[in-house]
Amino acid sequence: MMLTKTHKTLRYLVLVIMAIIIIGPFILGFWTSLLPTADIAKGTLFSTHISFQNYVDAVQQTAIMRYLLNSFVISLLTMAAQLLFCSLGAYAFVFLSFKGRDFLFYVILATMMLPFEAEVIPNFATVRQLNLLNHYAVMVIPFLTSAFGIFMLRQSFRQIPPELKEAADVEGLNHWQFYWRVTLPYARISLFTLAAYSFLESWNQYLWPMLTTFSDKFRPVQDGLRQLQSQETFNNWGMIQASAVIVVIPTLIVLFVGQHYFKDGLNEGATK
Amino acid sequence: MQAEVTPAPKPKVDQSAAISHKRAKGYNLHAGDKYYAFAFLGPSLLVLGTFVFYPMLRTLYLSLFLTNNVGRPTVFVGLKNYIGLLTSSAYQASLQATAIYVIGVVALTLILGLLLAQLAVKKLAGIQWFRTIFSATMGVSVSVAAIFWLFIFSPSIGLFDQIGNLLHLPIVAWLTQPGPAMTAVIISTVWMNLGFTFLILFGALQMVPQPLYEASAIEGASESYQFFHVTIPMISPTLFFTSTVTLIGAFKSFGLIDLMTAGGPNNATNLMVYRVYQDAFLSGNYGIASAESVILAVIIALFTLLQFKFLEKRVTY
Repeated sequence: MMLTKTHKTLRYLVLVIMAIIIIGPFILGFWTSLLPTADIAKGTLFSTHISFQNYVDAVQQTAIMRYLLNSFVISLLTMAAQLLFCSLGAYAFVFLSFKGRDFLFYVILATMMLPFEAEVIPNFATVRQLNLLNHYAVMVIPFLTSAFGIFMLRQSFRQIPPELKEAADVEGLNHWQFYWRVTLPYARISLFTLAAYSFLESWNQYLWPMLTTFSDKFRPVQDGLRQLQSQETFNNWGMIQASAVIVVIPTLIVLFVGQHYFKDGLNEGATK
Repeated sequence: MQAEVTPAPKPKVDQSAAISHKRAKGYNLHAGDKYYAFAFLGPSLLVLGTFVFYPMLRTLYLSLFLTNNVGRPTVFVGLKNYIGLLTSSAYQASLQATAIYVIGVVALTLILGLLLAQLAVKKLAGIQWFRTIFSATMGVSVSVAAIFWLFIFSPSIGLFDQIGNLLHLPIVAWLTQPGPAMTAVIISTVWMNLGFTFLILFGALQMVPQPLYEASAIEGASESYQFFHVTIPMISPTLFFTSTVTLIGAFKSFGLIDLMTAGGPNNATNLMVYRVYQDAFLSGNYGIASAESVILAVIIALFTLLQFKFLEKRVTY
C-alpha cells in the first residue's frame, strides 16, 4: 500500500515532534552546559556567551572524572565476575549431575523474584560487619554473580548439541576443558549480552552505593552526580549540566556504535 | 554413604556414564561430578546465600521486632509492625502514591513506546535517524535523567515555566506541589524508559509477518483496524513482557525520586522503596522498614511470578 503525500507529511510531522520530545532534554542539557550560570539563572537561555568553561570547571573543581573512573572500575569488575561465576554456575546445571540439582536450580530461579531493594537493611549490616564499607569491594562483592545471569546462560548452554559433549568425552576432555574450550565459545553471544547487561546494571546502581560509600575516592558516578547536585543546585547549573553531559556521552557513544549489534542481538533473541 | 555403594539407578545416569567413561571401573559416577559441582557452583551459592537468601530471611525476622538504632532486634512484636503500617494513613498514602506512579509510568511507557515503534517500523527516507533517536534514552543513567529533568521543571528558569511565561499561563510549581511533582517524576521516568521499550517493541513489530498486513489490506482493512486486529495480537507476548519489566522497574524506583523530590512535597512522591530508605537509614526504624521491605518484596515477587508463568507458556507453544 503506497502512502499518499499528505499521509506521508503527517507521518513525518509526528516523527519530528516525537524526536524533539525525546532529544529535547539532551539538547537542553547540552546547550545550558555551554552557557554561563549567570545567564541560566536569569533565564536567558538564548544567551550567546557560549564556551566550554563549565566543562573546565567541572573537571577542575569537582571529582567528576574520579567518579567516572570509579564507576568504570566497579562495573568492569562486576561484569568480569558475573561472566565467570554465572557461566560456571550455569555449566553445573547443564553438564553436571549431582544431588539436589533441580532443587537448587529452582531455588536460584526463585531468587530472581527478590528485589535487592527489599534486602538492603541486612545487607548493609553484613557489609559493615565484613568491614567493606566505603570501598570498591562493597559495590562488587554482593554482585559477583546473579540469578538472572545463571538462568540466562543455562538456557543458552542447553542449546549445545549433545554430540559435542559426546565428542569431547571421547577426546577425554574434562569439565574444565569442555567449559573453557567448547561451552564459552559456543555461547559467546549470550555471554556478550550478559556482559552488557551486568555492566549497565552496575553502572546504574544508585541506592546501594549511596548507602555504602562516603568518599569521592570510591563514589561511583550516579552518586557523584547526586553529590554535586545537592551541593550546587542553586549556584551552578552550568557546571551541573556539564557534569551530566560528561557522564552521558560515553554511554551514548557505546549505544550508537553498538546499535547494529544490539539490533541483531535483539532480533536473534526474538527468533529463538 | 549409600550413594557410593549403589549407583543411583536413574535413566539420567546414561549421560554421566558417557561422561566418565575414562574413569576407573567401580568409581562412583557422581563423586567426580560432586567435586566439579562444588567448584563450579560454590562461588555463586556463597554470594547468593550471603546477599540474597540470608537477607530475605533476616528481613522477615526483623519485621517481627522492634529494633535499636543500629538495627538489632530488641522486642518481639509479632505482626504489629505490619498492622501498624497497613492501618497508618501515611503508609496507605505511600501505597497509593506508588500505585499512581506505577500505573502512570507503565501506561505512558507502553503507549508512547508503541507509538514510537509503530512510527519507526514503516520504511521512509531517513527513518534510520529517527530509530537512533528513539532508542537514545537507553544510554541515559538515572542521575543524568534526573538532572536534565530537574532543570526543565525548575522554577522560573526551567523550560516549562519559561514557556508558561511566554504564553501567559499560570505558573506551576512543578516540584513543590503534590500533583505536579508526581506528574514530573512520572514524565521523567517514562522518558528514561522509552529507549529500551521502543527497541523491544520495534523488534517485535519487525517480526510480524508482512503477508498478514497484505491479506488484511486486500480485504479493505484500514490502518487502525490492522493495528488493533493484527499488530496488537501478534506482539502481545512482547507487550506483556515489556509491561511486567516496566512495572517491576517502577516499583523499585529510587534514584529519580531521591534526586528530584526526595519523596516530597508533603510525601506526595514518597514511594515504597523511598520509605524503606527513610524509615531504615534516616529514622533508624529498622523493624518497620523491614516490614515495608517484605510487603514490597511480596508485591514484586507476585508480578515476577506472573511473568515467569507467562513466559513458560510462551516457550511451550
